[in-house]
Amino acid sequence: MKQNKSSSTFINYWSQYAKRCITGPISLLKGLSVTLGYFFNPKSVVTEQYPENKKTLKMHDRYRGRLELIEDKEGENLCTACKLCEKACPNASINILTTKNIAGKMVLGRYLYHLASCTQCALCVEACPFGAIQMNPEFEFSHQNKDVFEMVLNQKEGRF
Amino acid sequence: MMHTSITHPIGDFVRSISPFPELAFGVNLLLSIIAICAVAIGTAPILIYMERKVCAAIQCRLGPMRLGYRGTLQTIADVLKLLFKEVYAPAGADKFIFYLAPMLSLTAPFLALTMIPFDYNLQVVNLSIGIPFIIAVNAFGILGMLIGGWASNNKYSLLGSLRSGAQMISYEISFALILVFIVMVSGSASLMEITQSQSGGLFQWWIFKIPGLGFIAFILFFISSTAELNRAPFDIAEAEQELTGGYHTEYNGTAFAMFYLAEYINIVLASSIGVTCFLGGYLPPLLGIESVDSLLIKIPGFIWFAAKVLFMIWAYMVVRWTFVRPRVDQLMAFEWKFLLPLNLLVLILGALYISFIGF
Repeated sequence: MKQNKSSSTFINYWSQYAKRCITGPISLLKGLSVTLGYFFNPKSVVTEQYPENKKTLKMHDRYRGRLELIEDKEGENLCTACKLCEKACPNASINILTTKNIAGKMVLGRYLYHLASCTQCALCVEACPFGAIQMNPEFEFSHQNKDVFEMVLNQKEGRF
Repeated sequence: MMHTSITHPIGDFVRSISPFPELAFGVNLLLSIIAICAVAIGTAPILIYMERKVCAAIQCRLGPMRLGYRGTLQTIADVLKLLFKEVYAPAGADKFIFYLAPMLSLTAPFLALTMIPFDYNLQVVNLSIGIPFIIAVNAFGILGMLIGGWASNNKYSLLGSLRSGAQMISYEISFALILVFIVMVSGSASLMEITQSQSGGLFQWWIFKIPGLGFIAFILFFISSTAELNRAPFDIAEAEQELTGGYHTEYNGTAFAMFYLAEYINIVLASSIGVTCFLGGYLPPLLGIESVDSLLIKIPGFIWFAAKVLFMIWAYMVVRWTFVRPRVDQLMAFEWKFLLPLNLLVLILGALYISFIGF
């Protein structure tokens, strides 16, 4: 085998060379088929012309805008004021103020949410054991008055 | 612009009103210069706009949309911004050579554009050594890049210019050899005669006339001219994602605009050479069907030429935004180990085809 080494490397080199001559153009053509597919298909454009298409714009399902409490039509929510979201929040953007109902049980009084310090990390949503909160797709937050960002999320006091 | 064989209305008019008939020559010269400048400078903003739109479409974007109808005024705004910027040279730069370099780079494509037959009577000079002239003049562009990097008094500019100089000089060999192939098969180095040798329909173009070999030669021309133009995937000199800007790092304002303009005129030039040598120049693609041909022949030659050139430019752009950039050593290995041997093989096969089969 040893005396054949030079000839085998020679054959090896040229077989590699020939292989690259065939696989190279094929891979280039694969790339071209992708880009030409995008070029000739106007539907592939993902850019949103934002201020013009404000009415028809739909955010993606997983977009995380501001936090909201899931409420039904009467304003009832599922929050039990367990304060797990408050503990999960890394920068103290949530404050739960509790109160007592007629039975003397501790319930949700006010769900305070500070949008200005919130980073939309959604750790609170993951921490909630009752699925009472979610991130909604709203994203137009700009405002002249920063007091607007201190929000009370619940309309009614909690029942549970 | 003026072919000597035709009587020219503007030339006749100048001869009739001026006391010196010799003035007509000067007017011809002036008109030619203005026409070439208009073609070269007028196409550059259009090409920049086209480049933006093509790359946007390939990357699922829209490109410039705000300024003017679908962003058409964006390029003009960019050009104005560049022109109004202050022009200054870095400390310690060789000022004379520093400002000479972009002018040299810009002169080369202008000189070469005079050789291109845009239509039967639309050519500035019909030199019998058109192809060697273009190859020779193209080297001016490399000279501009090299001394531009040298005069900047910046080691990175110098390195960038040497990288691009090495690349362009290497690829110029295969670029020239492919043009030699065309000169060999068509039997003339004049671009007008090369175009005329392809008359008689779509399948008389050099890309189709020699079965298989013409197409390979066209692909080789396309690769080597892409490298010659310093465009991606061979834009080692100014790899935007990795380097600052190569040889033109220290340039700004008008001087930078001149390098940029030279780049885009070079695209027009390379596409024009490709169209003239392989795609039949200004000749219409006659299919051999009477009813269609009678319509095709009515469209003037320069429109066919512009359409073919635009197609070539579009192909350059698609290639630029699709393929990945090779390393420097891969680039050189590709040229010296693959492209050049293949070029020589194509030359030999072409010679055999001419001598044993003929047209």
